Amino acid sequence: MTAIAVSVPAHRRTGWQKLIGFNMLTGILLGIGGWFLGQLIGDHITGQNIAYYSTEAGQNDIAILLGYFLGVVGFLVGMGFANYPVKRLLGYPPALAERESEAGGLFRYFTLSTDHKVVAKQYMAGIGVFFFVAGLNAMLIRTELLQPNVHVFGANQYLTLVGMHGSMMLGTMTSGLLGPFATFLVPLMIGSRRMAFSRLSSFAFWLLMAGEIILLTTVFFGGFQTGWTGYQPLASQGTAGYDAYIGFFALVGLSMTLFGFNLVVTITTMRAPGMTWSRLPIFVWSAYATAWLMMLAAPMLIAALLMAAMDRTIQTSFFSPGNGGSGYLFQNLFWVFGHPEVYILALPGMGIVLEIMVVFSRKPLWGYRLAVAGMLGIAFLSWFVWQHHLFVSGIDADLRPFYMLSTELISLPTGFIFLCAMGTLWRGRIRLTVPMLFCLGWMFNFLWGGISGVFNSDVPSDVTTHGSYFVMAHFHYTIMGGLIFGFFAAIYYWVPKMYGVKLNERLGKIHFWTLIIAFNSTFAPLFALGFMGMPRRVVTYNPAWQGLNDWVTVSAYVIGLSMLVFLFNVIWSLAFKREPAGANPWNSKSTEWQLPTPVPVHDFEEIPTFSADPYPYGVEPAPVAASMRTAVREEV
Amino acid sequence: MLSDARGPRSGDNGPRHWRNVVVLWTIASLIMVPIVVWVIGPGLPPGNGTVEASGQVTDNTVLLAIATPVALAVLVYLAYAVWAFRERTPEVFVDGPAIQGNSSVQFWWLVATTVIVLFLAGYGSVRMLADGAGGGQGPSPIATPAASEGKPVIVQVIAQQWQFTYRWPQYGGVETSAIDLPTNSLVKFEVTSLDVIHSFWAYELGVKADANPGIDNIAYVTTKGPLAFHVRCAELCGVWHGYMFNQGRVVPKAQFTSWITSQRQADAATTKVLDPFSKTYYPQPLRRGG
Repeated sequence: MTAIAVSVPAHRRTGWQKLIGFNMLTGILLGIGGWFLGQLIGDHITGQNIAYYSTEAGQNDIAILLGYFLGVVGFLVGMGFANYPVKRLLGYPPALAERESEAGGLFRYFTLSTDHKVVAKQYMAGIGVFFFVAGLNAMLIRTELLQPNVHVFGANQYLTLVGMHGSMMLGTMTSGLLGPFATFLVPLMIGSRRMAFSRLSSFAFWLLMAGEIILLTTVFFGGFQTGWTGYQPLASQGTAGYDAYIGFFALVGLSMTLFGFNLVVTITTMRAPGMTWSRLPIFVWSAYATAWLMMLAAPMLIAALLMAAMDRTIQTSFFSPGNGGSGYLFQNLFWVFGHPEVYILALPGMGIVLEIMVVFSRKPLWGYRLAVAGMLGIAFLSWFVWQHHLFVSGIDADLRPFYMLSTELISLPTGFIFLCAMGTLWRGRIRLTVPMLFCLGWMFNFLWGGISGVFNSDVPSDVTTHGSYFVMAHFHYTIMGGLIFGFFAAIYYWVPKMYGVKLNERLGKIHFWTLIIAFNSTFAPLFALGFMGMPRRVVTYNPAWQGLNDWVTVSAYVIGLSMLVFLFNVIWSLAFKREPAGANPWNSKSTEWQLPTPVPVHDFEEIPTFSADPYPYGVEPAPVAASMRTAVREEV
Repeated sequence: MLSDARGPRSGDNGPRHWRNVVVLWTIASLIMVPIVVWVIGPGLPPGNGTVEASGQVTDNTVLLAIATPVALAVLVYLAYAVWAFRERTPEVFVDGPAIQGNSSVQFWWLVATTVIVLFLAGYGSVRMLADGAGGGQGPSPIATPAASEGKPVIVQVIAQQWQFTYRWPQYGGVETSAIDLPTNSLVKFEVTSLDVIHSFWAYELGVKADANPGIDNIAYVTTKGPLAFHVRCAELCGVWHGYMFNQGRVVPKAQFTSWITSQRQADAATTKVLDPFSKTYYPQPLRRGG
């Protein structure tokens, strides 16, 4: 294994000296400074008229939003994102090889790194942390619902927990699959040494982290009571905690836009010779379809939130009925973003499942073109369905048959993905490894998510299910049953390549079986609760439903336990056991597994040439990338 | 390309697997579809309290009856594939056959799913356009009841944080906090809000309509016999959203008339000082805290 160490810094710092310079510590310090500067300016702007500009007595929304903005700017400057543009502006030559080396060890994970593999691991850790925080919120929500009346949290804390769980899960997991896995794998799979815009990769990641911290600060300002959808005009009367929601989702939106843009450019322009569109691994296709959605949908969210921020601070009235505004405007803008958003969550999972099923069925992907058509079809159709969230909203009803049709049409391309997965299993040699189990679990769960979606898309049926626990169960089946199962499949499958270490198989199987049983035991009863008439986001409910709710809560705790098994597995395998995985533990024929483990800093010694389909199973000899395979063989 | 001559599994290449999957799926569907239609179907929400609610039960049953064989196809296939095609010699890595796809399977899959989807969309649209299915249709409804059903009883539902009140324009504009409806009558709900978005969900009536400030959201329902129903708010509307519920009744016409008359008399003094009846209201913004 040769690590190509280029551009080792001339003066290597040691110990505490490392802390001086552009890194996370500096970023946090400047970020705090920026927050106080924002407060100062905000107070100066409002002056004596504070009551006019604030939604709550004593809260200065202008100061809070300015504080968040300058705090983020300070953080990013401290991280070193201003260095390159400032140097260029001042006429100095830019330092191109910023920290792109293995020098620095663990420390480089706390800096601006332009190595896509480092950014991927940063994503993995950052997303992991906030995934667990958001999951913990869900445990607290379920604890409150053990009894039909308020008994642990007050109504306000409860709604804040609900809003934080939803926002943090949605905001974090939009980058949850592509962040770690596409950043790591797309360059390897297409034969590139980097993402198209390396610094932008890092920028998108640190923006996301800044956003997460801002969301957490909501607890200091009274929380927010709007759920993750943040509907107006409720949001305009909300406490200052809603400013944190605005800051969080605006940064998530920006991060998504930039990340999507980066992926689209990378996949379009950075493919190695011979890597034609019809040879792209299916995961890259799913990343491509998703990236377009991220790039085009998230700006809609940013615009809506900017208008919300203006309504709250400088007293515009975009969403204020009676003053020329409309709550529908927010609902429309939000869901024009929000519906592509749910496919941003689902599509990478589909790519991962197909990619992994191929390896553990040891067959080529069945119906490659159909799978691609499915992904692009979903991405395209997802723009035309958003008003199914507003079937009973009182928006003019003429287009309802259209939205019913478009929503149901989206099950056609989704059906393609299912057919391709099923065809890949056909007469394969199926190995029930942990990643494969999670893929099969994905199919099982997503099936119910899709079937229940038909009820929501049908107007007569939606009259009952809309806004009820049925919808809640539906999107947990698609997002948790789809995205999260894809997430774990990808973790068990690719961690050996990313970290060079195997995860324990037995613990993985315990994790899978407890998770899938507890997951279904948690969310299947929610369909029933919705059918019985339990609305979403209520802190109290009909005492007749307590039995089912308690069952759900206990099952949710078991989900929590299975996550602890996973956490233990990760810590045990990565920090203590460290059983080396070897270059290709799964005997996969995909490109990334032909590289040595750990992947060298610059990935490929020479840019490979591709000459065959991505899944050469059942064909001898396996022609992956001729030049690259030779290189690996020599090393072995 | 590898041939299928792989010794112990050489029997796999015949149509036997197809036949097995189809037979298993047919048996499972023959068992499950009748159960869904005749056992589960009648228990589906929201019950048979009104014409619209019964319609929704029918729709839910139809959707479930169509979904059942589709779901069973995937489940039976998955279970069968994992059982029949699992690797029996995991020590050695052997590839499966290099099947790239099958255009006739793809074609017929596309045809079958398209037919199902178009049927569902067509069926849903027809059902919705027939009577509005109890959903809120906005200020100018596209599914209006036939003239033969007579003049509807008009109930204005006014939502505010955190209660529903009901205003009766045909009865002098009296505003009540309880709701009774006459049996066997066409009822027109006009749902609006004074502050934020709420949603008027009368579960047993099969009615749901969002209450937006400044919007008159119309939903129709035709009552049948006497019924007690729950009203809940189905759109997050602030801190006490969970407490925004009450109950109503569908009562015989004579009882309804005496109830609304007594309400009218009891509230006569209050009615005088209310704003005149209007499709929507713009109160002074109240900062009741979200």
